[in-house]
Amino acid sequence: MNLAESPKLEDFGHDVWWIILIKVVGIFAFLVVMTLFTIWYERKVVGRMQHRPGPNRVGPIGLLQSLADGLKLAFKEDIMPKLADKAVFFIAPVISTVCAFTAFSIMPLGGMVSIFGERTPLQLTDLPVAVLLVLACGGLGIYGIVLGGWASGSTYPLLGGLRSAAQMISYEVAMGLSIVAVFMTAGSMSTSEIVAAQANGSQQEIFGSTVTLPGWYFLMLLPSFLIYFISAVGETNRAPFDLPEAESELVGGFHTEYSSLKFALFFLAEYINMVTVSALCTTLFLGGWRAPAPITTWWAGANEGWWPLLWFTVKVLILLFVFVWLRGTLPRLRYDQFMRFGWKVLVPINLVWILLVAGVRVAANADNTVRYAIYGGFAVLLVGIIMFWPAKKQVEPASIAPEKLPEGSFPIPPMDLVVPPSPRTKRIEHAAAAPSATPEQGE
Amino acid sequence: MTVTDILLLALGAVAAGSALRVVTTTHIVRAGLWLVVALGAMAACYLVLTAELVAWVQVLIYVGAVVVLLLFATMLTRAPIGPSPELDRARFPAALIGLGSGGGLAALFIFGYRWGKAELAAPGTAGVLGKEIFSGWVLPFEVLSILLLAALVGAIVVSRGERS
Amino acid sequence: MDPSYYIVLSAALFTIGAVGVLIRRNAIVVFMCIELMLNAANLALITFSRMNGSLDGQIMAFFVMVVAAAEVVIGLAIIMSIFRTRRSASVDDANLLKY
Repeated sequence: MNLAESPKLEDFGHDVWWIILIKVVGIFAFLVVMTLFTIWYERKVVGRMQHRPGPNRVGPIGLLQSLADGLKLAFKEDIMPKLADKAVFFIAPVISTVCAFTAFSIMPLGGMVSIFGERTPLQLTDLPVAVLLVLACGGLGIYGIVLGGWASGSTYPLLGGLRSAAQMISYEVAMGLSIVAVFMTAGSMSTSEIVAAQANGSQQEIFGSTVTLPGWYFLMLLPSFLIYFISAVGETNRAPFDLPEAESELVGGFHTEYSSLKFALFFLAEYINMVTVSALCTTLFLGGWRAPAPITTWWAGANEGWWPLLWFTVKVLILLFVFVWLRGTLPRLRYDQFMRFGWKVLVPINLVWILLVAGVRVAANADNTVRYAIYGGFAVLLVGIIMFWPAKKQVEPASIAPEKLPEGSFPIPPMDLVVPPSPRTKRIEHAAAAPSATPEQGE
Repeated sequence: MTVTDILLLALGAVAAGSALRVVTTTHIVRAGLWLVVALGAMAACYLVLTAELVAWVQVLIYVGAVVVLLLFATMLTRAPIGPSPELDRARFPAALIGLGSGGGLAALFIFGYRWGKAELAAPGTAGVLGKEIFSGWVLPFEVLSILLLAALVGAIVVSRGERS
Repeated sequence: MDPSYYIVLSAALFTIGAVGVLIRRNAIVVFMCIELMLNAANLALITFSRMNGSLDGQIMAFFVMVVAAAEVVIGLAIIMSIFRTRRSASVDDANLLKY
């Protein structure tokens, strides 16, 4: 047995009905367990980051905490706001959850396994355009949030829903563009083939010498990987991009009016989406279900049978840790900063990067003159960009003249107000300069 | 009648029915929702017609972006919950014109194609479509990119309003 | 399977969309009806592509989608700026150029 274990596109669609049923139930269970686990994991990790133990009461090391919370949620009273659009209010969380579950159906969890004697890929299904299905499900998932926010018939949810729509559309563009480089390199949009394409490092001839490029795309396509991950955080409404549910601004955002099981569905969808984007990231950039390099060298069987499920889960958990890490460390962005970042930073960098990848790919397949022409073109372009990069605009100093205010309005501070240095910072500087000296006055 | 035929009839009925609801409902946001259903049913039709990539792009672009934008605009223009009165104009002349044009179209198509049977075409996968676009359709493709750029700039200019 | 069925369906959808454009007053709903018409055209194009065994129809459908996206962007920007000045999204209220 060797790498021929990786399933081909033809291997899909021939399963017996009960195998499909087993896979569907398996994926459902996997996602629900992952959700319960991730909630606990997140609380525990954030707790540790803030020097507190985190949940530790229910079950061993608090493992059953999220299950208890879920049960409590289910038994709560289901409140329907009087002004709500009843049907849409009910459908919205269902849309969110269904889309979240559907997106996971094309994730390759492993190679060929045998279930009760039937050989089958450890993946529910695969399509030639499988990655587009994930993006499409993400796009449909927006409806749940927008409609939930609108149908609540209340201001904060509406604002949260609108923000979320704008945010997810914007970041979906960046996300889709970041995947393009992977499509070009792997030559396929099917998830199982992308994983197979990352199995071996490719031999590439650069300036006459043969170099073995690393197989996993996160090194070779580092900008794509970073942009994908950033936009995935935006797409799943997680901190620091959790503007749709910014507690300090919008109470709870789109789910302010939701309670009981409907709220639980939204919550479930959010966490499943996190797992899904992490799983997609694993598939696209981290070699999918394949074991990392040092393991495969001393253990040849690492990629066979059911072991891939372990590697896959570990990779997903590492990515989820990064999600939690971001939440634990970064403050929430302001809305305009967030939009500017998406449209003016991520998307342009992405476009330039795609151009670069395409150029290198053309150069690799062309003869020497064309190749040097392309590399030379890149060099000229680079120099041109550096030379003509617009200089930073000088910020005009604000006028000192007080603004004319209508009668009876509140006095506002002048635009060029200079804040005197805080006495505290002076003390800190002082203490830093002479660490041995005790502070003169304690309060 | 095979299973596919029934599936097709059902898809067609869903598409036509929800399209009718888009036109007749008095709830503006619900009109958008029915539009989503209609577009989804059409995407399924594309899948049955072996236009795989177009189907997913339909879901991605139309359902995932265009209609979301429409709903977004609806909500920004104060979409009320519940029916909005005075949404309709006089129906009779419009219905007459519509029926005339629809009947004309149907007659044209039917006489044009005389219910011909078709061979099974190769599925429109991403690879095949990509080759086709970048071999025979490069010029339209580039023109479209300019159109998109113009639309982008135009939308920014229009929505920015006047600057003093 | 008979592809003509799809052509009839597309004609029906186009008709529904056209009637919608004529009878609805809210600019955004009119927009939705236009999308419906464009999609009906797409359906016809894809059916033709299937009938002729060539991919040109599908590519045309792609291009229609791109044009539709551009159209929606511009259209919504215009509707929003009309709404901002006139506080109404009704197509009958934006009639100043008539006089």
